[in-house]
Amino acid sequence: MLTKRVMPCLDVKDGRVVKGVNFINLRDAGDPVELAAAYDLQGADEVIFLDITATHEDRRTVIEMAAHASEELHIPYTVGGGFKGIADIRTMIAAGADKVSVNSAAVRDPSLITAGAAAFGSQAILCAIDAKRIAGAGDRWTVFLNGGRIDTGIDAIEWAREANKRGAGEILLTSMDRDGSKDGFDLALTRAVARAVDIPVIASGGVGVLEHFAEGILDGEADAVLAASVFHFGELTVREVKEYMASQGIPVRLD
Amino acid sequence: MAYFVVVDYCKGNLRSMQKGLQLAGAEARVSADPAVIARAGAIVLPGVGAFADAAGFMQTSGQMEVIRERIAEGVPFLGVCLGLQLLMERGNEGVPSPDWMEGLGVVSGCVRRVDAADERGRFYKVPHVGWNQVHCKDETDARLAPLFAGIDDGSNFYFTHSYRAEVTDQQDILATVTHARSFPCVIRKMNAFGVQFHPEKSSHKGLRVLQNFAAFARSL
Repeated sequence: MLTKRVMPCLDVKDGRVVKGVNFINLRDAGDPVELAAAYDLQGADEVIFLDITATHEDRRTVIEMAAHASEELHIPYTVGGGFKGIADIRTMIAAGADKVSVNSAAVRDPSLITAGAAAFGSQAILCAIDAKRIAGAGDRWTVFLNGGRIDTGIDAIEWAREANKRGAGEILLTSMDRDGSKDGFDLALTRAVARAVDIPVIASGGVGVLEHFAEGILDGEADAVLAASVFHFGELTVREVKEYMASQGIPVRLD
Repeated sequence: MAYFVVVDYCKGNLRSMQKGLQLAGAEARVSADPAVIARAGAIVLPGVGAFADAAGFMQTSGQMEVIRERIAEGVPFLGVCLGLQLLMERGNEGVPSPDWMEGLGVVSGCVRRVDAADERGRFYKVPHVGWNQVHCKDETDARLAPLFAGIDDGSNFYFTHSYRAEVTDQQDILATVTHARSFPCVIRKMNAFGVQFHPEKSSHKGLRVLQNFAAFARSL
């Protein structure tokens, strides 16, 4: 049986980890690959590097990082952020990334998902969706771009279905309402998307305590859970999270 | 001993495999050149792309012939993911139906798409992506030791594939994995091994498999 996955997410700018990282015994806490390797030792199933580099010219450093990761990291990794077209995806996969995560560019031109899946296989294309609840509209969410600054007005569930149909291999679903809140995942959102698609859903945004991780799987029906700050600040280790999930009857890799 | 060669059929990045072998203590070279493959002490066929593309490239480049000869001579060989599938007689991924493309033909059987439903009709996602348990057919079988020494039955490894091998002779199957249905994930014929999972992406257990293979290859 496939296990449920725990995935730390690292924000990277100009090839360096951003957000304060308070982490055990790293020679260089700003080196994303070294941090990712430490998560591998803790039992992380995959890692995601999210490139938040502002300009296109600085993409060189994240490509170098991806190449470095292919040598130093012994678990699968995804690189997300900044893909403008299929040529950018090709460069990243050639550098060694197992998967790429597309967001804004795919919303603007959904054929990017179709072309990416055709060229590199569905397993290599993650569609990241940043969703925000429509105030006063019950369980309805729209897709946001640019870190929550632009409301596209597109229904998040419909967009997940469309991405699935076009060949995306997974949905990385972030609740903009919960992101950074430590109140737990938006379980209604996660469940609605998980039921709408037949590809894995990675729940993201809002975890603060152990229970939240298990809820994402058991109530949110996600296949994987993603977190950043609780891991980076050493509040929880990946190992603790997985042991807790196992105690709640969730199949996880502990060996 | 002589170097290990990671066979490059020009479909993707092979650095993680090369690095994994280097960590296992092997001198690993990535090459597409049949002459380099012909002199290698051990051959690793990685898993990138689709069966028809890879088999086609190997055929026209002369890799197919030299790898067949080397395996017949008893040179240690490890096929990973698509590399396991290429050990089979034929596959149809990327070939217009009903045609088949010829593989190395070292192990009898063919390559088919992973089933999306189990015997009760329950749906499973394809591609099969993620960490899944490898079940040894017989943990005490000495034929398994060159890869699995020190690794517990039921250990998790990382898989990512849409096709699987259908092996004719059950003797050739050393371990299986279950996704919708059970299928082979470790096979062996002479000194040729195939693993459906990615040892180079399977954390410390995967590196142990590469270490075991490197030690086995050096011991011959």
